[in-house]
Amino acid sequence: MNSTDTLAVRAQGLVKTFGDQRAVDGIDLEVHRGEVFGVLGPNGAGKTTMLKMLATLLPIDGGTAEVFGHDVSREGHVVRQLLGVTGQYASVDENLTATENLLLFGRLQGLSRGESRRRAGTLLEQFDLTEAAAKPISAFSGGMRRRLDLAASLITRPPLIFLDEPTTGLDPRTRGQMWDTIRELVTEGCTVLLTTQYLDEADQLADRIAVIDRGVKVAQGTSDELKSSVGRSSLVLHLADPADLQAATETARRLVGEEPVPSPESRRLAVPLERSDQAVDVLVALREQGVGIESLTVQKPSLDEVFMALTGHGTDPSDPSGTSGTSGTSGTASSTTSTTTSELEAAS
Amino acid sequence: MTTTTNPGANPTTTPTGADRPAVLDRQLSTHVSLRDTVAQTMTLAWRSTMKMRRNFEQLFDVTIQPLLFTAMFAYIFGGAISGSVKGYLPLIITGLIGQTVLTACVATGVQLREDMDKGVFDRFKVLPIARIAPLAGPMVADLIRYAIASTLTFATGIALGYRPGGGVLGVLGAILLAIVAGWSLAWIFTWFGTIGKTAQGVQGVSLMVMFPLTFLSNAFVPTATMPSWLRAFADVNPVSLVITAIRDLANDGAVTGHVGWALLGCAVVIAVFAPLSVRSFNRKM
Repeated sequence: MNSTDTLAVRAQGLVKTFGDQRAVDGIDLEVHRGEVFGVLGPNGAGKTTMLKMLATLLPIDGGTAEVFGHDVSREGHVVRQLLGVTGQYASVDENLTATENLLLFGRLQGLSRGESRRRAGTLLEQFDLTEAAAKPISAFSGGMRRRLDLAASLITRPPLIFLDEPTTGLDPRTRGQMWDTIRELVTEGCTVLLTTQYLDEADQLADRIAVIDRGVKVAQGTSDELKSSVGRSSLVLHLADPADLQAATETARRLVGEEPVPSPESRRLAVPLERSDQAVDVLVALREQGVGIESLTVQKPSLDEVFMALTGHGTDPSDPSGTSGTSGTSGTASSTTSTTTSELEAAS
Repeated sequence: MTTTTNPGANPTTTPTGADRPAVLDRQLSTHVSLRDTVAQTMTLAWRSTMKMRRNFEQLFDVTIQPLLFTAMFAYIFGGAISGSVKGYLPLIITGLIGQTVLTACVATGVQLREDMDKGVFDRFKVLPIARIAPLAGPMVADLIRYAIASTLTFATGIALGYRPGGGVLGVLGAILLAIVAGWSLAWIFTWFGTIGKTAQGVQGVSLMVMFPLTFLSNAFVPTATMPSWLRAFADVNPVSLVITAIRDLANDGAVTGHVGWALLGCAVVIAVFAPLSVRSFNRKM
């Protein structure tokens, strides 16, 4: 009872099968009140399916799920009163204006006429839609629709918001605005569960992140925890002479005790660092060896690398939070990240 | 919103330090009360009327069609069936009311199907509303369509020289009956709407059912002219029952036993198709 008190969402062994395919294959999830929890995964990983089950939109085939302690399967009506859901595709009425849409959803959920109107006005202002309030939705841009959609989810101030890929398809500026809005929600006391395929989005917004691949949770933790599971940072060296690559690799390996990743075609060597001062050791040793260095950078690992390491490249899916992870590793994770591929191998 | 929820564990109503008002203030209910269901249905009916206002072509079947069909049928069949256009009017106008209302019912099902494919329906699904409201709302709004269809048909008839013997009250009664019948028969097509995969499919099946229902009735010709096996069907066809009752009301101003039979026919249609529709709709909600 105590544990459920503090949890906004609690899922255990969640399963969804479509035919013989297990779209969600035994996912555990605990989302604390007041946090932004990110579910990160490539297309088809099962993120949306999982969210739909938690939102009572799809029957749960296995396992249990609770929202603020209410069983999702048995108490759907109660759960729906606690939820605001904004999907990948705007679910507002094309035939109505922005104001009318908000009035519709307010009235449907038992707000009085005056209350709906007031709340609609506030939301339109908050979402920068006041000018477009009387326009039909068909005249709205993608970003405006998405904002209206989120506003529609917030009309009754639900304590828990599900955002399914809230910024997919938005331009960078609109995306930034959406992020600000999501951050504001949290300061107002909402709990947010969001799915995303954008690593920087999870990094920017989420307090904790679960990485999902092929219906299985492969890792969970804060953004920093996930990053450190891959290695804190790496020293990237551009050598003057490609012939030195072999020797430099060996020196670096000896000094840091981990496997550096050479990229002969770009005369580059990425050295994983346990501590930052190891960079100095490596540089001094290379100087003594007479290896010429053209340029160097110290890079913190990006979530991209974490993601690729966890889902794409046969690495051991380490899991900082200690929850179990199954290896979903046979090499196909979609790659938004070709530039970092070489560093990724550092993790492996 | 009536009862507070969840007798066992009640975390949402237990104040703890970390709780935000957003969760605490909420009065959670375990089911939707009848009052709320009605309110939600009316809100969704309002939504449908806004839709009608913005898409006038959705009203063509109840505006242009009555004008066109009434004139066409009266002039084409009048001479052949009743000897004169004027003599045919009492028969055809009332028959056409049955036909136009039935056409409007087809649109009810098709539009429901279209609506269910739209994004906004996904939101209805996650709202804590009565599962039946998104189905019932449009059906309530469609009462307006049946009213327009029957009123316009009468008006066109009167313009062509039809003088209903039942007077104003008789005609009003007939319109009222047409609206009730429209709502009842619409359940057939609503059911198609809930089981069909696409709007076009629903349209196709609906027309296949609508045409026999209309033509195998007393709408355009007296059933006495039909072969006996056909007459047997035409006489119990709910559409015939409704049209006969409309004739009694509009042409004679009499509330006859036929009105009772018509209402009974409507009740039977509702009793069969409403549960079917609700069941298959709930499966999709």
